[in-house]
Amino acid sequence: MRERDDEWTGLMRSAIAGDSAAYHRLLKAVTPVLRAAARRGLTRAGQPVDQSEDIVQDILLAVHLKRHTWDVSAPFAPWLFAIARNKLIDALRRRGRRIFVDIDDFAETIAGEAPAETASASEVAAQLQTLPARQRDVLQSIAVDSASVKDTAAKFSMSEGAVRVALHRGLTSLTAKLRER
Amino acid sequence: MDTDRLIRTLAADNGHRARPVGYALMLALLAAAPVSLLMFFAELGVRPDVMIAIHNPFFDLKFAVTLALAISAIAVSLHLSRPEVSLRGFGWLLLAPVGILTAGIGGEMMMPQRLPMMTRMIGKNSWICMTAIPVLSLPILAGALIGLRHGAPARPAVAGAVAGLLSAGLAATLYASHCTDDSPLFVATWYTLATALVTAVGALAGSKLLKW
Repeated sequence: MRERDDEWTGLMRSAIAGDSAAYHRLLKAVTPVLRAAARRGLTRAGQPVDQSEDIVQDILLAVHLKRHTWDVSAPFAPWLFAIARNKLIDALRRRGRRIFVDIDDFAETIAGEAPAETASASEVAAQLQTLPARQRDVLQSIAVDSASVKDTAAKFSMSEGAVRVALHRGLTSLTAKLRER
Repeated sequence: MDTDRLIRTLAADNGHRARPVGYALMLALLAAAPVSLLMFFAELGVRPDVMIAIHNPFFDLKFAVTLALAISAIAVSLHLSRPEVSLRGFGWLLLAPVGILTAGIGGEMMMPQRLPMMTRMIGKNSWICMTAIPVLSLPILAGALIGLRHGAPARPAVAGAVAGLLSAGLAATLYASHCTDDSPLFVATWYTLATALVTAVGALAGSKLLKW
């Protein structure tokens, strides 16, 4: 557990320093843990676990947009679990149940519990359709068609900088829409 | 959407750097402060005898109290903008203005006074005080909440309440230079009531605006 936390902290420090590959690895590494915790929270609230992937994606978006609130000199796991716990409580509350989520739900989860390598969810995809055209096109291209920033720029005759801006704005408005829903 | 794809998309956005919350809060407060200053100078202004008043330690004490409130609330606001923390270990900072004010009341008690205690407490400006501090604090509160939206507080209502304290502290600093009631008893009564009002507004607004 200790080793895992240290590894995450190291990856997140590299990510903040600009290493996107480290960031990708970190998000891949934390996802099974988040998924298992989301499933456990849903089970405890008597909700079907098939919505767990929506919660996982919600948490990942919050991690991404709030990562500047992580103190690089602090361990990463407590920050991550605080974000996750907050989002999980929100999600369960929205589904009409008041429930306590134990921080240990996250800390004690082992990655091996995750049943699937990856999974799909519908809420992000649904909200994607409601974004302004430019943001939607760019997100669609990068997230759904797996195009690179460069290819996306060429496809829409935009500069790479403009694609990056649209990408970030798209992620921000997507998160806002998920929150308001 | 496939979670793997979302992760790849987030990694593609890793280049985007958000400003620290402290920076966002500073910018927002700098933008909001002129609005409050303008309102203050248009409607109230500094009291005419200010050059004499600054030699009165109880006039100066008002600024020590209000600035201590503003500064400690700014520090606590920034602390609370992280999701993994609580008020524990940091909330005691907010007691600083209370301590200064209590010491001031003690000091005043030990001095001979021309006016009876109740008269000093009720003062002449209680109504203006109760109105001016909340009104002057509104632009600052709006700015503080906008700045703090960059954070991720675990409890948005608590973070909003501290933003209320912060803006009341700054607004009261302005108002203190107008008000001719210098007794710490007056400050403890009316400034506190006005601050409580702003704090309640902050908590309410924060519970909506500081969610993430």
